[in-house]
Amino acid sequence: MADRYIEPDTPELRARWGNFAWTAENAEKAKDVVSRYPAGRQRSAVMPLLDLAQRQVGAELNTQGWLPIPVMEYIAAYLDMPVIRVVEVASFYTMYNIAPIGRFHVQVCGTTPCMLRGSDDLLETCKSRGMKKGHISEDGLWSFTEVECMGNCASAPMVQINDDNYEDLTSARLNAVLDALARGETPKAGTQDPARHTVEPVGEPTNLAAMITENHDYRSEW
Amino acid sequence: MALLDKDRIFTNLYGYQPWNLKEAQARGAWDNTKALIERGRDAIIDEMKASGLRGRGGAGFPTGMKWSFMPKQPPLDQAGNPKPSFLVINADESEPGSCKDREIMRHDPHLLFEGALVAGFAMGARAAYIYIRGEYIREAETLFAAREEAYAAGLLGKNACGSGYDFDVFVHRGAGAYICGEETAMIESLEGKKGQPRLKPPFPAGAGLYGCPTTVNNVESIAVAPTILRRGAAWFSSFGRENNKGTKLFQISGHVNRPCVVEEEMSIPFSELIERHCGGIRGGKDNLLAVIPGGSSVPLVPAADIWDAPMDFDGLKAVGSGLGTAAVIVMDKSTDIVRAISRISYFYKHESCGQCTPCREGTGWMWRVMERLRTGDAEVEEIDMLQQVTKQVEGHTICALGDAAAWPIQGLIRHFRPELERRIAENVREAAE
Amino acid sequence: MPKVKVDGVEIDVPNGATVLQACELAGKEIPRFCYHERLSIAGNCRMCLVEVKPGPPKPQASCALPASEGQEIRTDSEMVKKAREGVMEFLLINHPLDCPICDQGGECDLQDQSVAYGRGASRYDENKRAVTEKYMGPLIKTTMTRCIHCTRCVRFSEEIAGVDEIGALYRGENMQITTYLEHAAKHEMSANVIDLCPVGALTSRPYAFEARPWELKKTLGIDVSDATGANIRIDARGREVLRVLPRNNDDVNEEWISDKARYMVDGLTKRRLDKPFLRRDGKLVAVSWNEAFAAIATLNPGNSIAAVAGDMVDCETMFAAKKLVGALGSKLIEGRQTGMDYATDSLAAVNFNTTFSGIETADAILIAGSNVRWEAPLLNVRLRKAVKRGAKVFLIGPEWETTFGGEFLGEDLSVLGNLPQNVADVLSNAKRPAVILGGAALGRGGLEAGLALAAQFNLVRDLEDGTKWNGFNVLHMAAARMGGLMLGYAQKGGIADLVAAKPKVLLALGADEVDFTQFAGSMIVYIGHHGDKGAHAADVILPASAYTEKAGTYVNTEGRVQWSDKAVFAPGDAREDWTILRALADAFGVTVGFDTFDQLRNAMIEEVPALGSEGLADYGSVLPLGGGSAAGQIAYPIKDFYMTNPIARASAVMQRCSAELLHGEEIAEAAE
Repeated sequence: MADRYIEPDTPELRARWGNFAWTAENAEKAKDVVSRYPAGRQRSAVMPLLDLAQRQVGAELNTQGWLPIPVMEYIAAYLDMPVIRVVEVASFYTMYNIAPIGRFHVQVCGTTPCMLRGSDDLLETCKSRGMKKGHISEDGLWSFTEVECMGNCASAPMVQINDDNYEDLTSARLNAVLDALARGETPKAGTQDPARHTVEPVGEPTNLAAMITENHDYRSEW
Repeated sequence: MALLDKDRIFTNLYGYQPWNLKEAQARGAWDNTKALIERGRDAIIDEMKASGLRGRGGAGFPTGMKWSFMPKQPPLDQAGNPKPSFLVINADESEPGSCKDREIMRHDPHLLFEGALVAGFAMGARAAYIYIRGEYIREAETLFAAREEAYAAGLLGKNACGSGYDFDVFVHRGAGAYICGEETAMIESLEGKKGQPRLKPPFPAGAGLYGCPTTVNNVESIAVAPTILRRGAAWFSSFGRENNKGTKLFQISGHVNRPCVVEEEMSIPFSELIERHCGGIRGGKDNLLAVIPGGSSVPLVPAADIWDAPMDFDGLKAVGSGLGTAAVIVMDKSTDIVRAISRISYFYKHESCGQCTPCREGTGWMWRVMERLRTGDAEVEEIDMLQQVTKQVEGHTICALGDAAAWPIQGLIRHFRPELERRIAENVREAAE
Repeated sequence: MPKVKVDGVEIDVPNGATVLQACELAGKEIPRFCYHERLSIAGNCRMCLVEVKPGPPKPQASCALPASEGQEIRTDSEMVKKAREGVMEFLLINHPLDCPICDQGGECDLQDQSVAYGRGASRYDENKRAVTEKYMGPLIKTTMTRCIHCTRCVRFSEEIAGVDEIGALYRGENMQITTYLEHAAKHEMSANVIDLCPVGALTSRPYAFEARPWELKKTLGIDVSDATGANIRIDARGREVLRVLPRNNDDVNEEWISDKARYMVDGLTKRRLDKPFLRRDGKLVAVSWNEAFAAIATLNPGNSIAAVAGDMVDCETMFAAKKLVGALGSKLIEGRQTGMDYATDSLAAVNFNTTFSGIETADAILIAGSNVRWEAPLLNVRLRKAVKRGAKVFLIGPEWETTFGGEFLGEDLSVLGNLPQNVADVLSNAKRPAVILGGAALGRGGLEAGLALAAQFNLVRDLEDGTKWNGFNVLHMAAARMGGLMLGYAQKGGIADLVAAKPKVLLALGADEVDFTQFAGSMIVYIGHHGDKGAHAADVILPASAYTEKAGTYVNTEGRVQWSDKAVFAPGDAREDWTILRALADAFGVTVGFDTFDQLRNAMIEEVPALGSEGLADYGSVLPLGGGSAAGQIAYPIKDFYMTNPIARASAVMQRCSAELLHGEEIAEAAE
């Protein structure tokens, strides 16, 4: 069975989203996006515009946002391309939410590098808070997905929640992040290890120590 | 001898200092780029060839040679006008274990933009597209902002760096598909389609993005180019063994005491890399079980074979694996090795684009058998069958994802067959009891 | 011409050939699923793998690899055998074992190739994938669990039909083929994907569970639903035509047919005229053949007789009627039922001279008065190909949804005589310019204005490569039209001449589009097969044969003579048309000069020799000068693509298509 399904096209969905159009600000952004590609190649803009539309829907619903069918049709018309090709793209790439989603989309990386560093604990933590795959929590706050490698392997395990990554997690650290989000706070993104800056060897600067305190220019040493 | 800080290209790797243009320039970025360009296309490509730089995206194809494949005389379109050429920079870093390009883009993006200009000029490209994976949201924000800075300073765009060369760089975000790291899938994706790899030939250098000559390079390959040109091919090739030259970003994850990303010289022995930068194996050297030395696609290497191996293309090939992206996934003896590989199999099943038969059908099959082998719920003969299935996938697909899905399993069977058999035997015993 | 070696045998292959084509030239069969000669190369099924040296040490997809000098290709090596077995196994692991209930059974590429190239047993112990059915409209039945993702259907609708509505959603093993939101496929060529589907994922809905292919008698025929003369294969069991499939003919229909050509055949068993009828006291009553002939004989019309031919009749029927009318001393024969009276002195002036394959190479095309998608869907496919090769297309007439872009210049015929400068420039500068006049542009001075353009833009010319180019075209809609014109079924004043003559007897040969109120004083003898408009107006009905029930000669709008064979017998008391006309001659007491079909055909060929050889009739390339001015709002005659002839109107399938696809009615689906 497929992991994801496009939310069915219903009269209610049409009524809610049939009039979707860019906000004034996003209309400007959309124009800028299209201008990145050669004339006549506006189809190239379909991915960034789907993302923009998803964010606009999200802003309207105060969630991460998703892509109702009428919104995809709007993009197709905007770019003068067949709508089936837009739907193909939206269903192919996993970051497009093709069904409604919660306020926070908790995406736990479960691929091997994170698994080796304890992502099982994070999955368990989410589960114990009532999150489950393809399901929005009753308060509308949480959606949950186990995702594939997010490219934060040297600060694993990690979770991406909407636009931010939280790295070097333990169950306790994840709980702290989730609690903060639930309280409406904005927890610090990045590593949750208080001793770590980013992806350096924690606790022992084996290289580039001079950079820690100043913007060192090594050219004189060449 | 360890790599000295002064010979590190990515001096702000850890982001202790701001990424912005002013600070980047203070570190040496965009330092008279005009002079680099004035050397001319051929001189730049020759220098890159001489440096011995091999592509940092995994395949290790010599970068200078790749640039030289771009046509000197652009082909004509239907209307008889010359087609533009494009540079596409592969920032779709999605290979499990790989996390180096992220550090370049969020902590030293100007190295990448400068590299884009120099490389783009050398291959006669009209523009570059940086295809960054969708999940790198903040990193993309940094790229957009750095791009603005570069344009505002006249470093990119019309008459870039005062060189007389017009060159644009655009940032394009992906949206969650590992396969877009394959160069032709990336081009498809850039054209607004599903990321399904194209058939080759034609190769991108002949007909790539929008049917125009295109070169796809990894972020790291591009970002090191200006420094190589400034310091010279001889400097760069003074690191590493023959055929494996230069410095390289290593990413060490898994069961080491201090996982990190670090720039080291090529050919550094595994043990030295781990001991110097990572605080050793968790629980000590004797606790090491196996290492996946180049990202999830390469076969694992057992502890005994990896310890002294030089971390470069040839050294890892010699132990039946590969350097890949130099994403070193370390597994100690607490690891459920079958599960570790099975999880990688799941990854490939999840990321198969579905276009061609062996990969679409084979990745799911392999994963399902792996899951049964994990619990021992299988017949011993199925180990051989699985091996055959991996051989049926490998080399039969449009792109290399099929190979990448097959190799980790082949590595597991090669080195851990007794473990697989043990689980099956125990499962049978349990069932009998 | 590169030289390659296939399994050790050296052969020359044409430039640009693929390795697959090279293998075929060498007589080697290469199994394939996704590759199709008329579609772009996808290379995704991986079934056509062969070993090629020089090259990487792994098998190569032969469909996508250009053949080049010195290649050594092996199709018989262990590597190739293993590759095929492997791919076959992958294709089958998630394919259901439902061949016994699958309509593709017996004509399934997957079945055939698994026998030929498979390993013979499955090693797959996991659960098989199940995929939900997708609604694709009244014609296409889906069983998507069987889909092997070859994407032929996706490529067909995007590339050939030009209606981009089928896609592959999701990815990996979850990839699913569907139309947008499971809407019905909405174009005139949609059912061709059924033929293209190499497995039983897309099968024919109207034909579902009707028959097995080996039960069917296959007859070669010609489609009569429009004037393109598509080559078809009529599959029948017993007395019933169960389905129609396209035959390959690169000059005519390539390997496509329209949905109407394919699916109107269920109308062949409905509303049939299966016994003679006589109108008595205003009511049609069934009678015997003898009674019917006796009634007609008493009329004694003398030379006050006329014949009007319908749109679907064959040349033999028209010739027999012409002979009958002539034997009685009349020359009143006409085929343009609705009153057209364009000049027919030069058949080149009313013919599609460029030919269908030729129009693909045109670089500028002006279309006036034709909704090509509805009037000749197969030509529409060619126009799309022309545009893909760079042709510019302009259209005059009310706008319709083209599948190839094009610029609409206006809705009035007067545009023909007053082309915008940019259009005139394009036509002047074109190397291979073409004009196409549809039925709606032939009257009111349209034909003459079109001929004037032919002269103005020098549409008849010698090309640089020495070949001849005739860019002047008339696109007819009736399968009988060109044959009728060759046989003289055209009066100077059109059907008005027949009306003015007030004939005692009017023979209506399957003529259902005539305004019969004009013939109120005539006895109307309807010789045809369906109880449609003609039969309703008739005083005598003589039941005849439909196109599947008789051998016949047809001439398509290109002037291409083609022969069709008899697939089944007509129902009930119905007879082949020519025998009815022969019997009428006896009833009227005249002789027509033939007693057998062969005699009839020989006499016809003697009179019109061009009808004796298959292929393009030569009408010469000299066009009348034309001139004058055309004016009048253009209105396309076809209001409903699915309802253009009596067979289609009787077809439940066509009725459903019309209701659902054109009129948006929701058809409740019975749960399956």
